Parts: sequence; structure tokens; C-alpha cells
Amino acid sequence: MSAKPDFEQISDAGGTLRFTGDLSLRLLGDLPDRLDAVDGKVAAIDLSQIERIDTVGAWVVHRFAERHDATVEGLDPDDQQLFDQVVDSAEPVKMRDQHGSAFTRLLEEVGDAMSMTIHTLYGLLGFLGATTIAFGAVARHPRRFRFNAVVTQFNNVGVAALGIVGLMSFLIGIVIAQQGAVQLRQFGAEVFTINLVGRLTLREMGVLMTAIMVAGRSGSAFAAQIGTQKLTEEIDAMRTIGVSPMEALVVPRTLAAILLMPLLGFYSSLIALIGGGLLTWLTLGIPPVTFIQRIREVVPITDLYIGLIKAPVFGAIIAVAGCFQGMQVEANAEQVGLRTTAAVVQAIFLVIVLDAFFAMFFTWLGWN
Amino acid sequence: MPRRTDDIVIEVKGLTNSFGDQVIHQQLDLEVRRGEILGVVGGSGTGKSVLMRSIIGLQTPDEGEITVFGEPTIGRDPTEATNIRKRWGILFQGGALFSTLTVAENVQVPLREFYPDLDQALLDEIASYKVVMTGLDASAGPKFPSELSGGMKKRAGLARALALDPELLFLDEPTAGLDPIGAAAFDELTRGLQRTLGLTVFLITHDLDTLYAICDRVAVIADQKVIAVGTIDELLALDHPWIQEYFNGPRGRAALAGKRDIEGEIKRRPTAASLAATNEADAEQGDDAVATDAVKTDSGTR
Repeated sequence: MSAKPDFEQISDAGGTLRFTGDLSLRLLGDLPDRLDAVDGKVAAIDLSQIERIDTVGAWVVHRFAERHDATVEGLDPDDQQLFDQVVDSAEPVKMRDQHGSAFTRLLEEVGDAMSMTIHTLYGLLGFLGATTIAFGAVARHPRRFRFNAVVTQFNNVGVAALGIVGLMSFLIGIVIAQQGAVQLRQFGAEVFTINLVGRLTLREMGVLMTAIMVAGRSGSAFAAQIGTQKLTEEIDAMRTIGVSPMEALVVPRTLAAILLMPLLGFYSSLIALIGGGLLTWLTLGIPPVTFIQRIREVVPITDLYIGLIKAPVFGAIIAVAGCFQGMQVEANAEQVGLRTTAAVVQAIFLVIVLDAFFAMFFTWLGWN
Repeated sequence: MPRRTDDIVIEVKGLTNSFGDQVIHQQLDLEVRRGEILGVVGGSGTGKSVLMRSIIGLQTPDEGEITVFGEPTIGRDPTEATNIRKRWGILFQGGALFSTLTVAENVQVPLREFYPDLDQALLDEIASYKVVMTGLDASAGPKFPSELSGGMKKRAGLARALALDPELLFLDEPTAGLDPIGAAAFDELTRGLQRTLGLTVFLITHDLDTLYAICDRVAVIADQKVIAVGTIDELLALDHPWIQEYFNGPRGRAALAGKRDIEGEIKRRPTAASLAATNEADAEQGDDAVATDAVKTDSGTR
């Protein structure tokens, strides 16, 4: 087998360093360190005794030769060619661009993030406008309405979500009732657990949790689907054939989200009430009939309206954010992941901001 | 060191691969000799890439034996096979660069993985000369893969494949998607590096020009087997319809004509001046060429 690379210093007139063994990456070991430790004058490097050399070996020798201003000799023609090629390629290359101090980079990143945010909000507003125009166009030319696509999206956004939304809502109903019962019992007011469950789920939690679930399930899917279609140039192909991607992709998804969010939200509220009712029955001994009776007394109908008014708006926000981010994908597959994440974060953030706004608004209307 | 010998570097025996009902390879045999560039050709879907993936261990075949450097590769633990992995480099079709790392960092990945003791300065220097050696500009080093053109990605991929100074290089359609000038330059680069580094190259290609320009032998995959291996002249002497159609079709003849034109004249790099001259000549001949084409189509329709 090949011998480990080694060298010996010969003290002749100028000083010669003679290498032996296999000068290759595989057997390199601590050779570079030992070469660094060589002192004394070296005017020539003799490679005639080596068994083999590869480019890394050649580089290590070349580096040493340059430092000591020595000449390299004794290579056979093939190896000499290899050595020359390595020497020809000796050019410093930066590993990664890094400019400025840590502080300026921090400022740069904050600035970048700010301008990104403003840019995105501006783009989102524009996209909302474009979507509205597309809806208008479809309304004026009903023949361009894609019934099949809408039905498919109904299935994806709504029907396929029933299981997970139901399970989540049931558990949330239980948690609200359980916490309410434990806390209110301290004041002997556990009967008000029913008020808590009824008002909270119908007015806030049902729709809000559904929106978060839909953003995670469907908003992300919209971004990933449209983003991938953008990458594979499907969307460009659509445009050249005269199909508007806004009408063919965005309108069905947005419509499905707008129409199905109220249904899903209502369904979610009902299941949460069932969960809460079950828990009050089991822990507080309030029978279901009484639970329903109390719900009808303490929950004003406006609570239901509030939930149902908010739901389509949340649906629109989720769909538009998802489709917008999908359309922003460019150049590479990595972007699909980034944009999908951005779609979900943006949708949930906007939903919560709007929810706060709605809460103020309805209070101001006097719907307490 | 002997550069070109009759040693067998890759030996495939009785390889059978299938996906569900679809049989890709049936009892396929192939040998690759040390120091040669072996071109692998075959129609689309004949399993050229699957053969490569089987050899490098990304695809477990249904049956068959594969040895690389005399060691079996099938069914081996990844840690066991590191000795072989250190000795080969692979260029995937799209470059397969790691998108979160720069070009130079991509080149360093195999070095870091297999030789964790190398110090950072040496690593940086090795990455630098590898990047320049594959014909990339030094400014390409700190760029991310998404900022590179197709040709640059291939070169960067090649730099990473060569990071460990391998003896064996796998290239999967290296010139696909490159313009003719870029493809010719890449062929020349492959040939040059193969000579200086003494590489054995397993090259999958559709590019007839590449076959004529740089391959020592060509293996033809059809009917789920390697039906023939040899120099192009040897293959042309065979009477297989697919081989005849492949090499004697219009594109095959054009590539052969191109090869005869440059034969004997170019064994050196085209200089910038000669390139410019060709471009001018092309521009002048542009109209004539269109006219000739028109005539051809005319006669064709008649």
C-alpha cells in the first residue's frame, strides 16, 4: 500500500527538502503542520521520490514553495501537468460576502426587514385590488366562472377540514368549560360557566380558531401550490394561452375560503358548545337540557352575528395572503418554503389584528 | 502512476431493477476501465440515471452485483462504504448544490465531512483553487447557487465533485441545458481535468458532440441491457437498428461531420481571437444558412 507522505531536509548548498510517500489528501494527516514547523533555508523541493501526488498534495507543496521562495523539481510529466494546473488556478476566492461591521450589518438587516414589510403590505394591498377586479371580471362574464375548480376548493378547504376542526373545537370547548368551572367555583358562581362557554365560543373562539386552522391548512396549501406552479412556468403558460391566473387560480380559492369560513366557524362553535356542555354535565352535573336552556337565555343572538360577520373576512384575508405569497415565488424551490411560511404567518397575524378591530367596532355598535 | 490501464474500476453483473411492474434493467452487465471516459447512451427512460444511482448506492437493485474499486457497494452500511465514497465524485444533473451555502462553501462540504482535521485556512485555499480550476471566475466563490446561470451551476457542481480529488467521476448529463459554446467548453474542461488528474469518468449523455469529442468508449443501453460497449467506430460496425439510427440519424451525422472538421486542427484551447472570428463568420453566413434551410425544407416537401 501507499506510504504516508514524509519529507527530509538535506543540508546541501541551498537547502533541499525531499518528499517521499503518497502526497494525497487521503494520507495528508499532519503534513501541513509539520511543513509549517520547518525552518532554515529551503531553496529547492525534490519530488522525484514520491509515489503519487494529487491536487491537494500539489497545493500543499506549492504553498510551502511560495513561502520559502523555493523551486519545485523532479516531477514526471503527467504529475508536472497536474502541478502546473493547480498553480495556474491559485487565485484567492472569497468564501462568503461579508461587508461592514456587526453594527452596520444589524442596521442593514433592520432596514431590510422594514422595507420588506412595507413592500409586502403594499404588494398585498395591490393583490387584494387585483383579486377584486378578477371577481368583477368573472361576475361580468359568468361563462369564465370555473365551477369545477370552485367545487374542488370547497372540498379542500371545507369538507376535508371538518374532522380536524371538529376535534380541535371539541377540545377547546372542554378546556374553556373546565377552566371556567374551576375558577368560578371559588366564588360559588360555577353556573356562569355556561355563559362563559356560550359567549366565548360563538363570539370569538369558534371563528378565530377555525381561521387559524384554515390558515395553517389551506393558506399554506394555496401558497405552495401556486408557488410550485409559478416555478414550473405553468402560470406563464396559462397567460400565453389567454387564461388569467387570477381568475383560474385565485378566484376559486378565495371564493371557497370566503364561503366556507362562516360554515366552518359555525360548525366549530357548535362542536365547542357540545364539548363544553359535556364537561359541565360531567363535572357540574348540569344536564344537557338545562345547558341548552341557559345558552338560549344568556347568549344574545348578536354574538352569533358577530362570529358570522367576521368569518368571511378572515377567509378572504387567508386566501389572499396565501395566493399573494404563492405568486411572489421566483427563481428557486427554496422560495416555496419561505413563501409558504410567510403566507401562514401573515394570514394569522392579519386575522388577529382584524379580530381586535372587530371587537372594538362591535362594542362601539353596542353589541355587547 | 499508471494513468490508463485495463484495471476494472466499476463492475456491474446481472443487475436487475424494476419499479412496480416496470422492469428497467434485466441482467445488465457493464465494466468500466481505469482512466477511460465511458459514455453511457440510451433512449429516454432506458434507465441511464437508474444505472448510475445503482452504482453509487442510491438505489437498491432487485438483483445483481456491483463492485467499485473491487469492493461491493450494494447493501453496505453507509459508514462502511466511506472508503469508496472518498474516492468518487458525483455531478448530478441540476448541479444539486446546497442552496443555503455559497459555491465555495459547497466545495468545502465533502472535505469537512471526510477530513474534519483540515484547518480552515487550508480548506479555504483548497476550495479556492478548485473553484478556479473548474473555470469559474474567482468572484463566483461567494455567490449562492440561486445567483448562478445553468453553466456556472454545472461548473460549481463539478468543483464539489472534484473536492476530494476522486479517482472516479460520475457525470449525469453534464452538457444538458447548456448552449453549444458552453457545452463545448464543458467537454473540453472534462477532458482536460480527466487527463491531468488521471480520472475515470462515467458519463451519461444525450449529447452526440460530447460522445465524439471526449469519450473513449460508449456503452449503449437498450432492451433493459447494455447491448454494446466500444468505440463509436466499433458500434457503427454493429447492425443494431437503434445504434444505427442513433449515430446515423441527422444529428449523429452532423456531429460526426463536426468532429471531422475539427479533427487534427483543435487539440488546444480555442483562443478568444479564434472564437471572435468564428462568431463573425457565423454572422456573415447567417443569411446564407437560412436560405439553404429554406431550400432544404422546400425539397423536403416536394
